[in-house]
Amino acid sequence: MTTRRTAFFHGIKAESPILLGTIPFGLIYGVSARSFHLPPVLAQAMSVIIFAGSAQFVVIQLLNASVPAGIILLTACIINLRHALYSASIAPHLKQRGWSWRLLLPYLLTDEAYAVSIIHYQGPDKSPFKHWYFLGAGLILWLTWQIGTAAGLLLGAHIPASWSLDFTLPLTFIALVIPALKKRADAIAAGTAGLAALLVARLPFNSGLLVATFIGIALGLLSEGGEKKQHSSNESSATGEKQPRAQELTASEGAGMVDTQEEKRK
Amino acid sequence: MITWLLILGIGAATYATRLSFITIFSKREIPAPVLRVLRFVPVAVLSAIIWPQLFLVNNAFDLSTANPRWLAGLIAALIAWRTRNVLLTIGVGMAALWILQWVLH
Repeated sequence: MTTRRTAFFHGIKAESPILLGTIPFGLIYGVSARSFHLPPVLAQAMSVIIFAGSAQFVVIQLLNASVPAGIILLTACIINLRHALYSASIAPHLKQRGWSWRLLLPYLLTDEAYAVSIIHYQGPDKSPFKHWYFLGAGLILWLTWQIGTAAGLLLGAHIPASWSLDFTLPLTFIALVIPALKKRADAIAAGTAGLAALLVARLPFNSGLLVATFIGIALGLLSEGGEKKQHSSNESSATGEKQPRAQELTASEGAGMVDTQEEKRK
Repeated sequence: MITWLLILGIGAATYATRLSFITIFSKREIPAPVLRVLRFVPVAVLSAIIWPQLFLVNNAFDLSTANPRWLAGLIAALIAWRTRNVLLTIGVGMAALWILQWVLH
């Protein structure tokens, strides 16, 4: 029997392994802010007001480089655009909730809270209190991010760069992504988005992240469409015999897929 | 002062972004094609964040031993795949990076 209380604590419990990556990330942010001579109050206020780690990192770097405020705002918006995708993805699950939930939960909609909550929302559990689970996950992440920031600001130069604590961020995301790769189309979306991100890394204002994401989504959709077509042709006729192999080849090459599918239509 | 205004602006923009579709879709159904697209969002965006941090050093592709991060990341990915354990993935990944840094330098 799930109650609000147990759902809330289950959310905290599900989020807690991720905190192992959040603490060092918060530390590094605090340490960097100090090394850029940013007022500690300002750096801490950013963790409360913005509450988006990667954007905060970029903002303090740009502030340090005396980049104009308008450009900094634009850059932060582009980096945070992915949250619009999270918002759309979580939206169907919040339709039944009152306006206070729909105003509070978006504030807590970070990469880490989203990843844990969406898995719970899409899971087999029929609990009516999944928003409490989201709240638990979001709040514990919020608290940890604030403490991590404060600790980094206090410790400052005592944490050497050779500890490579910033590496906990990609590690956290690796731990979240790999189990989410359930179908081949997911793996194709992830692989092509990653490869594309390497190629477009030099695009201005960190816009490469979004470009790469859209490339990954497009190829994921294409490969999924290809799989469906393949299934239906296998069922309906024997002429589809050669298609599975062609499908595998095109899927593994990723980028070659569009051409081959068009050829098939001819 | 301008910095504080900037931070408030970024905070408001970030919140508005997170609020956007939750508000738009609160009264109407989400079209099926949109849902198909949304399913790929988490894996695509997280990968696009991960890969450059593993394979790029100062914006240049680096698969040499001077960059131990891609190898440590690969080990972490294997652990994540075999165990699905977040704590173990982060722990082994960090240990792998430290050992590689120590061995290679």
